Amino acid sequence: MDLTELKAVAQKEKDRQRPIRVHCCTSTGCRAASAMEVYRNLESAVEEHNCGDRLEVVSVGCMGFCGQGPLVQIDPNDQIYEEVEPQDADSIVTATLGEGTASAMRLDPQHPFFSYQTPVVRKHSGKVDPESIEEYIAAGGYEPLYKALYEMTPEQVVKEITDSGLRGRGGGGYPTGLKWATVAKMPEGQKYIICNGDEGDPGAFMDRSVLESDPHSVLEGMAIAGYAVGANHGYIYVRAEYPLAIKRLQKAIQQAKKYSLMGSQVFDSPFDFKVDIRIGAGAFVCGEETALIQSIEGGRGNPVPRPPYPAQKGLYGHPTLINNVETLANIAHIIREGAEWYASMGTENSKGTKIFALTGNIRNNGLIEVPMGITLRTIVEDMGGGVPDGEVKAVQTGGPSGGCIPKDLLDTPVDYDSLKAVGSMMGSGGMVVMDQNTSLVEIAHFYMEFCRGETCGKCVPCRTGTVQLYGLLTKILKGQATEADLEQLKQLSHMVQETSLCGLGMTAPNPVLSTLRYFPEEYESLLVQPAHLNGQAAEPKPVSV
Amino acid sequence: MPTAAVTKTEALAQSEGVAPKKKKDESDRRFKRIDITMKRNQFRADALIEVLHAAQEAFGYLDEEVLAHVAHGLKLPLSRVYGVATFYHLFTLKPNGAHTCVVCMGTACYVKGGGKVVDALQEELGIEAGETTPDGQVSLMAARCLGACGIAPAVVYDGEIAGKQQADDAIAKIHDLQSRE
Repeated sequence: MDLTELKAVAQKEKDRQRPIRVHCCTSTGCRAASAMEVYRNLESAVEEHNCGDRLEVVSVGCMGFCGQGPLVQIDPNDQIYEEVEPQDADSIVTATLGEGTASAMRLDPQHPFFSYQTPVVRKHSGKVDPESIEEYIAAGGYEPLYKALYEMTPEQVVKEITDSGLRGRGGGGYPTGLKWATVAKMPEGQKYIICNGDEGDPGAFMDRSVLESDPHSVLEGMAIAGYAVGANHGYIYVRAEYPLAIKRLQKAIQQAKKYSLMGSQVFDSPFDFKVDIRIGAGAFVCGEETALIQSIEGGRGNPVPRPPYPAQKGLYGHPTLINNVETLANIAHIIREGAEWYASMGTENSKGTKIFALTGNIRNNGLIEVPMGITLRTIVEDMGGGVPDGEVKAVQTGGPSGGCIPKDLLDTPVDYDSLKAVGSMMGSGGMVVMDQNTSLVEIAHFYMEFCRGETCGKCVPCRTGTVQLYGLLTKILKGQATEADLEQLKQLSHMVQETSLCGLGMTAPNPVLSTLRYFPEEYESLLVQPAHLNGQAAEPKPVSV
Repeated sequence: MPTAAVTKTEALAQSEGVAPKKKKDESDRRFKRIDITMKRNQFRADALIEVLHAAQEAFGYLDEEVLAHVAHGLKLPLSRVYGVATFYHLFTLKPNGAHTCVVCMGTACYVKGGGKVVDALQEELGIEAGETTPDGQVSLMAARCLGACGIAPAVVYDGEIAGKQQADDAIAKIHDLQSRE
């Protein structure tokens, strides 16, 4: 395979594609709302109307507006239908052919949910069939890999990524270029690339969507990373909870091998690169990089102290580059368009775009990709459409490691540093909106229950600390706690934060601390003393343990 | 491979009117599936999680015999295999019910009432999350996050994911499952 052949594949695919394409989302979200039936009905409608020469039905990845699924989009006129029922299929096909109107509800493509977005990682999502490498190639895929291999040296690739200002999208926000440079500088020999697809944060599903909708972009990013740092073997670690993502990845790897875009001598260059999939088994802590390595090696997912960092001594003791799915999905776009283009989006210290999973008590649920620096208010009120019957009380970002941002701070720009400054964090991109009926003590309790169950048990502060914190929160919720308990809750939170071994323990108290910081009255109203005095204390809620 | 000794024991057991314990021979096919997975991974110790996935798929759960078989195949101490099997939530050492019902308890689902769905199902079935009804019909589980937050609260019935589930929907669905054989 060389560039001419790649272009020939692209051209052949473009010739094959029909002028009108009916995109039907078949990702997990829409599937749960009978999207497969819609897809089959659309296909049989095309057959029935004998219009297969003008129109084709394509099974595509996520379009983002998951709360309104199943979604069907018509290309090229951009018409989107929401909540499509299987029986609407026929009328959609006829309406597209210009006869009559479709019975399904139309969604305005200029809806604020879409209009504020800047798709980079999600550029192909919902437009190409994730199970067809030809469609990906026709959309310009694998050209950046060719460019990296033939027009750039590994150092130039690393420099390009450094200049783009891309930071790790998994939560920590470590500069990607710096990480690459560290691995690249290690002495030559066996090195590994790991794609971290262990998206454990409850309330986050960006990585699932990227893997389901555009698996080739992740593979291509991994191959470019492999070339840049001198690794010839990659692992993708995916949660077992994402069967569709696993299936599509497996298919993508097979297809890439068939076109010799993966395996030995990629693009007939001396560069070899192979990718294996490793399936997780349901442990949140495996999202932590050292635990992830243990898990790939077939062991219990116990983190190990750093340094040595995985970049120096990682998988099987070799230098290892670990990047998140979304980070890797950005790579091909940066190589294609250049670092300058990427750095022109976002803020001073947080470049580019970020995908968020906007969920909870909000009108428009789904995935959005926005430039860094956009305010929370724009996301929640304009794009999300606000809270149905009620108002926003807080927005939770960063999952069990993040915090709750109160509505007064909705004007906070969304970037790594600003979110940290208000006591939360970017995390992997979960954004759960809570309305006035949500008790934030309950939310803190919920997250602590999560961390208590997910701690690996290796270090004492995390193992016993989370249990004690959980106990204290339970006591508060039952209305049995005193001022002293609250004080202890604070102290213990700080202790767990400062003394735990890995990120899980260090960040586990964040939801408690941030709710204590912004909503102290909620805790106080549940304490024994003031509760009797002001009579406002709600009945102690039953706590399921 | 049944050795002469095993056959003898079985013969003895049968002659005494004791049914022989359900052992390897009867389920050889399922063991074969584990063996194939181990072979595909060249019996490497780092394939342990893959092999356990295959084993659980074949048997539905991991009992001592299965764990011992895997340990033997990968040349690992049984303690290591047991340690890994108990570390990860997806591996279960107890058999599941005929039907499974997994309620997502991720944040988005929780905020939208996933907790109430679990409570209602617990009451309806008379079991706690993580348990199986005494008749072995339904296993109720709570998941951390299924990544289907856009359609919260989500529930997975026998592997089929359903969105926007409220307590009534879930109970109706469970009755439907129970009525099926």
